[in-house]
Amino acid sequence: MQVSITVNGQQRTDEVEPRLLLAHYLREVRGLTATNIGCDTTSCGACTVIVDGLSVKSCTVLAVQADGAQVTTLEGLAGPDGELHPVQRAFREEHGLQCGFCTPGMVMAAVGLLADNPDPSDREVREGLEGNLCRCTGYHNIVRAVRSAAQAGPAAGQVPQVQEVEA
Amino acid sequence: MIPSQFDYVRVQSVDEAVAALTEHGEDAKVLAGGHSLLPIMKLRLAVPSVLIDISGIRDLSYVRVEGEEVAIGAGTRHHELERDAVAAAEVPILPYVASQVGDPQVRHRGTIGGTVAHSDPASDLPTALLALGGTVVVQGPGGRREIPITEFWLGFFETALQPDELIVEVRVPRTGSAGWAYEKFTRRANDWPIVAVAAVEGRVALANMAGSVVRATATEEALARGASIEEAAALADQGTSPGADMHADQEYRRHLARLLTRRALQRASGGAAAAA
Repeated sequence: MQVSITVNGQQRTDEVEPRLLLAHYLREVRGLTATNIGCDTTSCGACTVIVDGLSVKSCTVLAVQADGAQVTTLEGLAGPDGELHPVQRAFREEHGLQCGFCTPGMVMAAVGLLADNPDPSDREVREGLEGNLCRCTGYHNIVRAVRSAAQAGPAAGQVPQVQEVEA
Repeated sequence: MIPSQFDYVRVQSVDEAVAALTEHGEDAKVLAGGHSLLPIMKLRLAVPSVLIDISGIRDLSYVRVEGEEVAIGAGTRHHELERDAVAAAEVPILPYVASQVGDPQVRHRGTIGGTVAHSDPASDLPTALLALGGTVVVQGPGGRREIPITEFWLGFFETALQPDELIVEVRVPRTGSAGWAYEKFTRRANDWPIVAVAAVEGRVALANMAGSVVRATATEEALARGASIEEAAALADQGTSPGADMHADQEYRRHLARLLTRRALQRASGGAAAAA
């Protein structure tokens, strides 16, 4: 089946099997491997991406369900000049990671959380990230990073503007 | 994990969905948010040959007052119900329970119609709906019919829905400021309940105490004849048939049902206090 999906501002049409998961589409068809697949059972959140403004677990969405959608992955957060997104910057400054496997999903979930709640309390961050597991158990610095990112203002909850779509 | 092969059909209206269901019958499954269906397809517990995607049907997502009832479109996603102002004023248990489903990513996708159709005995919203009472509105080739919520869930993954019918709406009574509570016991934040209890106006429903969500009828009868909360809650597990798994054995689940029922009734009797 043909799908046309805009990923990080780039629209492309691909022929996919209906059973192809969005996570596999992003990694294998689009070659964007920041999105990790951890548990593959909607639990760990490592595969979290933003679809039409909302965080979702891409291991539990079919690529065909994202037909026509705007998808943002971790690769789409930094600016064209490599300038880090406020949430990425805060994760680096606060050392919000240990092994790093959960980090792409954690960052995307945090962007989604900040879009919804621009200045969350510690508790709200913990509840907002309940769908993302860090098996290094580095949660304290992750919470600190999200709260620090919130200080950057509304940009922390935004994904970069969609770029011009090629005709 | 990759699901077995299937054909994918996208529909734009309820009539188109019913026509597709009529054509494909029991080989077809309806796909809305997919957060109950896709996980069991990945495990190959479900192997439908056709998926009918109804998420493009725009007019299935709403919450509105109709007379003494609140009507909720089957395509309403949990995160929409969670923050719906009409639901908060008219049937406040539902936004709260919606906020207890899974995690934010799950709530961004899952729909009320999907969780009702799935009939998992450990589901949050069906437990609240069973305590509320009301009806499930379904549409088939012969038109619409209403199924009382108390008759909808027949067992594990089993409902009164026919293979050619689509859930289009859930209707519940307006409860306004009446007391309510939802007590959910989990080991981890985003889990299904090991046991959960919903209480609204003397009606009590239990999650994970049988093959489907069930009412605590002995507790309700005791309350109706004027028993104390403690006496009534002590009967909460009567007539239930909980399973045993790695989280809890049967006796522990029975204990939880009694304990959580007592807490739920106490909280509900305190008025419309929000659950903590």
